[in-house]
Amino acid sequence: MRKPSPYLWFIAPAVIVILAVIVFPWAFTLWMSLFEWRIGSKATFVGLTNYTDLIGNRRFLESVAHTLIFTAAAVAAPLVLGTAAALVFHQKFFARGLLRAAFVLPMMATPVAIALVWTMMFHPQQGVLNYLLSLVGIGPSEWVYSPRLAIACLVMVDVWQWTPLVMLIVLGGLASLPTESFEAAHMEGASRWQTLRHVTLPLLMPFVLVAAVVRMIDALKTFDTIYVITQGGPGTASETINIYLYLQAFSFFQIGKASAVVVVFFVLVIALSWLLFWLRERSKYYE
Amino acid sequence: MTNKIHRRTVIQAAAAAGGMAALTPWSFAQGAFDWKRFAGTSLEVHLVKGPRGELLQKNQKEFEDLTGIKVGAEQIPEQQSRQKAVIEFNSGKTSFDVIQLSYHVQKRQFAKGRWLEDLRPMFANVPAEFDRTDFTAGGMFYATQADGRIDSLPLNLDPWILYWNKELFAAKGVAYPKSYAEIVEAAKKLHDPANGIVGFVGRGLKNANVPLWTGLFLGFGGQFFDAAGKLATETPEAIASASMYRDLLKNTGPAGVAGYNWNESQSLFLQGKAAMWIDGSGFAPPLEDPTKSRVVGKVGYGVMPPGPKLQVSATFGDGIGVSAFSTKKGAAFLYTMWATGKVMQARMLASGGGAPVRLSAYSDKEALANLKVPVDWLKAVGESMRIARPGLPVIEPVTEFRDTFGIALNNMLSGADVAAELKKATAEFAPVLAKSES
Repeated sequence: MRKPSPYLWFIAPAVIVILAVIVFPWAFTLWMSLFEWRIGSKATFVGLTNYTDLIGNRRFLESVAHTLIFTAAAVAAPLVLGTAAALVFHQKFFARGLLRAAFVLPMMATPVAIALVWTMMFHPQQGVLNYLLSLVGIGPSEWVYSPRLAIACLVMVDVWQWTPLVMLIVLGGLASLPTESFEAAHMEGASRWQTLRHVTLPLLMPFVLVAAVVRMIDALKTFDTIYVITQGGPGTASETINIYLYLQAFSFFQIGKASAVVVVFFVLVIALSWLLFWLRERSKYYE
Repeated sequence: MTNKIHRRTVIQAAAAAGGMAALTPWSFAQGAFDWKRFAGTSLEVHLVKGPRGELLQKNQKEFEDLTGIKVGAEQIPEQQSRQKAVIEFNSGKTSFDVIQLSYHVQKRQFAKGRWLEDLRPMFANVPAEFDRTDFTAGGMFYATQADGRIDSLPLNLDPWILYWNKELFAAKGVAYPKSYAEIVEAAKKLHDPANGIVGFVGRGLKNANVPLWTGLFLGFGGQFFDAAGKLATETPEAIASASMYRDLLKNTGPAGVAGYNWNESQSLFLQGKAAMWIDGSGFAPPLEDPTKSRVVGKVGYGVMPPGPKLQVSATFGDGIGVSAFSTKKGAAFLYTMWATGKVMQARMLASGGGAPVRLSAYSDKEALANLKVPVDWLKAVGESMRIARPGLPVIEPVTEFRDTFGIALNNMLSGADVAAELKKATAEFAPVLAKSES
């Protein structure tokens, strides 16, 4: 029998850390999801009941729908705006560096601080947004205080903060594109639009998809801004899985149920990430 | 009416105080009681961020000098404090010896886990000045568990009162309402959205909004449970009170009121843009602060008018207790006695940081002379104490209760049917309650 390589000892610390901080919490979460356990009470084994309860739980299903809507909008809009901004900032013009720095500022701020500022701006009576609307003759809006507008307003905050990230990723991609394709297009007499549509964007696609994966994971796990601005309200109008999960775990102390929500959420994140990685693989036609 | 209340409050309090005005921070030390018996010990105290926590921390050196006990106190925001408490108590080891608690949220939870030490055996050895009979009945009601255990001492009560803008009332010739119907009527008369004035403001935000409704519910004669112990939150009284809640906020409240908590309500009232506001009693200091408020000197502090069946002030409260897992219970008990003593209670009154639970505080001459809030506030609070009732059911899953019914109230503001929402919320909450008590 072959003796294990002594080099294996070198990876032991990493393996121990991964087991302790990733594998064990996950296994324990899975285990807890099989119990009905409210902190302070006795835990009772209930098998898959927590999962079957979630299937019939309208509030949970609504929170899944809110999460998907929020994520779709908070990924799509920054991708479009960020790519457009990258194309602009890739050009040479006066004060480009200064404007580019200003453009990335929202990304640097702490989400909770941003959320507090936006909360004040959204205020129907004292917020600056309704004041600005009044200047152009538009009536006041209830913004996040309206069940119909809450998610749209939260998307707006997210887009404002994270479009610069997409811009930076795509800008990096633009700088690394091979020049031959552009020279060939130029020689063939392609217009600027044709070059953009048929050369630049297809070559950029892998970078855009990387940005999409990063944004999607971020958007799916958004908690801070939503909690500070709406706490999932009005009612449950903007309650995402994360907010629902937080309530179950840290307000109601229903650890078993919350663990089941975590597992479902994890499956959702994995499924969506695989989808995007699959798309990314398909877009690598030039390799 | 107000003069009568004032006289009664002062006479009642003076009688109860019986010469307490001369009390100094050192009064405790003058008797035979040995405050120094735990000298050299260190205590960890878990306080909730707010005026009460602030007051205790500010004066803790006095306790340290009195007892020789070193205190490490930490003020934690309410939500985080509740999470920390549950997690630590559940682990069977707490990092604190003394903890401040909110009765309306944590009383039943702490009792079920037996997380606080029963203080009754310790009452056998207390200084005469401690005088347990000085605590109000409401305070001791909150501090006493269903099985008779007294596992905390009351710190303050927070009766809900009606704040009203005297200037706006006078401008429209409206008198202070004498009934629930008159509140609605006055709100309609005072509501003037064209000039940015709303007739009424209050909590619409889910969870936070429930006490406003339950206060009205109690006034309609509602009870949280029927004689058989079944949840009674879809009764005619519940529907009538929820309809009143919806009408007040939807028809005479600000746009977007579904997102209003106490701070948004306070902000609108401070600006002089709301004629009436029902909320806890602790808002007099900001309303009378000229650097923040445009309504200084114009605020009326009113007792809740009688409901169709009962005159009630929905009341909430805080207490302070000794962790059952503490190894320094004796020293921790000294801290709770000091924190709820006559001197600290008088200080609380003077600062306007809460309504004391000791009668003596209301006649403490020094406290009254240093009162930083109008005497009208004191009258309203004194009278509210007389009609105080717990504003929430004393149950373990009170947060779920607030969440479930808070969403129902929110939906009503968006146009949903009141009776249907209450029925749905009751059906949703009943199994949660049943499980918690099983």
